[in-house]
Amino acid sequence: MMKFFAMGGYARYLWPCYLLTALVVGLNIRWALRSLRSAQAEARRRIERVKAAS
Amino acid sequence: MAWVWFHRFGSPPHFYRLATRLTPWFAWPAALLCVAGLVGGLVLAPPDYQQGDGFRIIYVHAPAAWLSLMVYVVMAASAAVGLIWRMTVAYAVSASCAIIGASFTALALATGMLWGRPMWGTYWEWDPRLTSELLLLFLYLGYLGLRNSIDDVGRADRASAVLAIVGVVNVPIIHYSVVWWNSLHQAPSVMKFGRPTMPAAMLVPLLLMLAGFTAYFVALLLIRSRGELLRRERNARWIGDALGATAPGKV
Repeated sequence: MMKFFAMGGYARYLWPCYLLTALVVGLNIRWALRSLRSAQAEARRRIERVKAAS
Repeated sequence: MAWVWFHRFGSPPHFYRLATRLTPWFAWPAALLCVAGLVGGLVLAPPDYQQGDGFRIIYVHAPAAWLSLMVYVVMAASAAVGLIWRMTVAYAVSASCAIIGASFTALALATGMLWGRPMWGTYWEWDPRLTSELLLLFLYLGYLGLRNSIDDVGRADRASAVLAIVGVVNVPIIHYSVVWWNSLHQAPSVMKFGRPTMPAAMLVPLLLMLAGFTAYFVALLLIRSRGELLRRERNARWIGDALGATAPGKV
């Protein structure tokens, strides 16, 4: 197992690459879902306002 | 008649419903392909005869670099469709691409630097491939900056579309930079005419990662485009029906 994590002496370059990738992949999912949820909430509020006004 | 599908695809309510339905069909295969690619790349593939285990950075660097180029092409193509046919959906897709493309271009540069240090002895060199990829990051940032600096969405769409279309000339320059000029960066080993120069045990995990990242991008783009459409079509009647199909808090 230690041999796997050592990656033949390249661990200090290789694992940061994978960590950065996980971060970018995760952040993009978070940003996309947050953007959609806020647009949906805004649209729902708008529909409620129109309903209340009519 | 042949264009009916095209105009149907460009209808915001139709696209919104289609995007909602298609997202899981890209998201789940993306996850499975990436897990398979990671196991293949980190565990099953043999070490490279020159670079040892250091070559395994390719399994995240190449997919990030691939997305940086592909996302730009999608962004520019949809911007062109938006400009020509004045399609809201096309502009929404184009605007949704920018932040995804910028983040993966930055990732490609960062992982490339971390790979370059042990292999070339330096994190950065003003090499044609690295410099043109950095220019791509500036194009994405310029696109985002231009959009944010214009309040009117229609004007922002048109101005940023022109920038995206002009900037697409950089994409073939990036790809062929290692062929046209002397470069520290290795020549293409997968995306080229003829047979790939990698053995199957190394190549298959890379292809799985490339397919996984592509499916992941499509899923992200569908989610982001739906949000963009809701903001652009805020007064449209179809939004009530579309939101009625999803419970509050669910996407």
